[in-house]
Amino acid sequence: MSTTTEKVKATLGKRYAKEKRFRFYGLASIALSLLFLVILLTDIVGKGLPAFSSTYIKLDVQLDAPTLGVSTDATPEQLRMANYNTAVLNSLNTLLPGVTDRKEKKALKGLVSGDAQYELQRMVMDDPQLIGTTQSVWVLADDDIDVYYKGNIDRTLPEGDRRIKDFQLVWLDKLEAEGRIDSKFNTTFFTRGDSREPEEAGILSALVGSFYTLLVTLSLSFPIGVAAALYLEEFAPKNNFWVDLIEVNINNLAAVPSIVFGLLGLAVFIQLFGLPRSAPLIGGLVLTLMTLPTIIIASRAALRSVPPSIREGALGIGASKTQTVFQNVLPLAMPGILTGTIIGMAHALGETAPLLMIGMIAFIMDVPDSVTSPSTVLPVQIYLWADSPERAFTERTSAAIMVLLTFLVSMNLIAVILRKRFERRW
Amino acid sequence: MSTLGILLTLIVLAAFSYYIGRKRSLALATPMQRGGNNLHSLPSYYGYLVVAWAIIPALLVFVLWSTLEKPLLTSSMMSHIPAEYQDKSADERSLISNRILNLVHNPERLATADPLFKAAAEDYQQMQSLSNIIKTLLVLALAIAGTFIGLRHVKPKTRARNQVERVVQIIMIGCASIAILTTLGIVFSVLFESFRFFGQVPATDFLFGTHWSPQTALRADQAGSSGSFGAIPLFVGTLLISAIALLIAVPLGLMSAIYLSEYASPTLRAYAKPAMEILAGIPTVVYGFFAALTVAPLIRSMGESFGLSVASESALAAGLVMGIMIIPFMSSLSDDVINAVPQAMRDGSYGMGATKSETIKQVIIPAALPGIVGAFLLAASRAIGETMIVVMAAGLAANMTINPLEAVTTVTVQIVTLLTGDQEFDSAKTLAAFALGLSLFVVTLILNVVALHIVRKYREQYD
Repeated sequence: MSTTTEKVKATLGKRYAKEKRFRFYGLASIALSLLFLVILLTDIVGKGLPAFSSTYIKLDVQLDAPTLGVSTDATPEQLRMANYNTAVLNSLNTLLPGVTDRKEKKALKGLVSGDAQYELQRMVMDDPQLIGTTQSVWVLADDDIDVYYKGNIDRTLPEGDRRIKDFQLVWLDKLEAEGRIDSKFNTTFFTRGDSREPEEAGILSALVGSFYTLLVTLSLSFPIGVAAALYLEEFAPKNNFWVDLIEVNINNLAAVPSIVFGLLGLAVFIQLFGLPRSAPLIGGLVLTLMTLPTIIIASRAALRSVPPSIREGALGIGASKTQTVFQNVLPLAMPGILTGTIIGMAHALGETAPLLMIGMIAFIMDVPDSVTSPSTVLPVQIYLWADSPERAFTERTSAAIMVLLTFLVSMNLIAVILRKRFERRW
Repeated sequence: MSTLGILLTLIVLAAFSYYIGRKRSLALATPMQRGGNNLHSLPSYYGYLVVAWAIIPALLVFVLWSTLEKPLLTSSMMSHIPAEYQDKSADERSLISNRILNLVHNPERLATADPLFKAAAEDYQQMQSLSNIIKTLLVLALAIAGTFIGLRHVKPKTRARNQVERVVQIIMIGCASIAILTTLGIVFSVLFESFRFFGQVPATDFLFGTHWSPQTALRADQAGSSGSFGAIPLFVGTLLISAIALLIAVPLGLMSAIYLSEYASPTLRAYAKPAMEILAGIPTVVYGFFAALTVAPLIRSMGESFGLSVASESALAAGLVMGIMIIPFMSSLSDDVINAVPQAMRDGSYGMGATKSETIKQVIIPAALPGIVGAFLLAASRAIGETMIVVMAAGLAANMTINPLEAVTTVTVQIVTLLTGDQEFDSAKTLAAFALGLSLFVVTLILNVVALHIVRKYREQYD
């Protein structure tokens, strides 16, 4: 045996150990990255799931005319202005009699959400015949009560450390014993706009705002992106200064921080052109500029993957260059282009920073009805709620994130399916 | 007519002009029985030609009018208000114009408004409706006139296809040029406002000052800080958080890429790669929420159990989560460059008796180094420009420190804080945001250009 072989043999064990360690580091980093993903998702889902139910309290409300301050033949306007607040208070007083202390009186009123009186208003306005009757109504509980019933307030803590005091616990236990407290699916979350009160806050206005914004983005960025990609890939002269400049610009814009696009939107669209602030129109314009590079790059890749034989075949039987591109190349590249567009749209749906710059950070209760009405989008709504101190908002923020992620996952799934279904290997 | 109404009418007109253009070309064509087709192009091209004549001028006028309408109306309104308001400062004039515009958009407040503003607002409304009528009429007249002109061009000898194709070509060039326009728009809007800022605050104070507190006094006689705009603490904070992020993302991303491309079985690769891409697809606002509500309290309580004082908005929390966000970015870029290393180089190394890890460390990584450096630079540019995570998880106070357990603020955080909410656009405070935006844009642009250049050079080397 030569000395070299001996030398190699002597170190071989060490080298193999090193090899194993290196391999382990690689596997560990993948595992760690995926672990982060799992922790992130379980954290969000764990926090967000309770938001899909909310606590209701059953009240027996006497809807008699004197309390409400209306007569039985009141006009709808009078019905709208009637005193439902007192009706709610009266029913609480009969349920939990003997409250005299001022602080306790306030807490008693605070058992139910401020929405309770509007719930009654809606009922009575739908059916004025209810006046004079006593109705059992399930009304939304206040957010603190809701948080307590979801197990996020520990009643064994000293009283000073809890949001819910001992006398309130006595009330709640009494109500629960009477079967007056129940948890139901939180429809409010999907049917209302933002609110200062967590139990009344919903994501509908943000969802509709996101929809309008994406509508503007899609209807601008798809045609413009495809046209630009077609030109650069099929028609543009090679080694032309302007064409090279365009390409360099597209590649750079793809890596410019999104907040810079927000500055552009603020300075150009709002200050220069005087377009309305906070509107999905501007949001859409800014996101269009931001997603265009993504769409152009993906579309060019899709066009490049169509083999030259297709073009040559069409040109060979006498089609013009434009006819070849539009009637033969483009349809074959379409699945790839659509995949790129959907991924670009998913990106736009999750984008927050540039929209903060152009004022889409407003408090929006009403569902926007056009692309120029003030609105917010889902990620910005998440940002706004994440800033709110109430425990119940944390829950709703996580739930809103779950909704956002559901949309993103389904968009990406569509993109993957589209690619799998229509992808052609030439 | 509303914008939507005008656009819908134009679409209907377009369909109509296509129909009659096509029909007319067919009517002009010699019937087949008498020697066949004498049209230069297919009938549909004559249709498209008429559509182009009908729509393009009308649409151009419409877009131009809509963009210029509001600025022109506002300036004309401001020139009609009484003389004593004319010589006020620019700030006050813009305030007045905003108040009047507010009245225009909320007519229910008109009754209670100041008579001067009321008159101006009513004036504005009148001009606006007049402008709308003229716009509608002009656009529709242009569309109809265009249809007739287009129809006169429908003759058998007209080279309709060539003309339509040229129009299509011009439209495509226009779309491609939007990329240049966007860059120019960014550069000019940021530069222009930055110059205004540097007119108020010297550039050297901004670039080399070490104290950042952008609260400017609203009135000259007001007590309080006059605002100081030294951006060094922001740069330091940005670098600190980015460095933490890169410290996590680069090793994890690079090792994942190496494992996936050199060791992993095809099955593992097929599942692990998309799973890591999910991390890249999660919106940054979600990471921000996670950082602020889960990671930051965790780090704080962990630090306290070791007897360390940790700020509740520590740089570590923001940097850590940002690092997680950048892992897939780093790994997919490195994956590309590692895969581009020719197999022959690996085979050569194995042939010499090297183990796999030795090959990777001594052959593949040196060969792929330019690409990896490019990926690193792109990841750094990502980290510097990242906004939502730091807005939600990093602090607002401009501390100049490199202690990751303290709260720092970043360039992007300050841009967001300075520009959200209602501010006057001319104050040094809002303009400072543009100066910060300029520095952000310049730094990321340099990183991107260098990185893309390196990556391209490297690709050419092995192609």
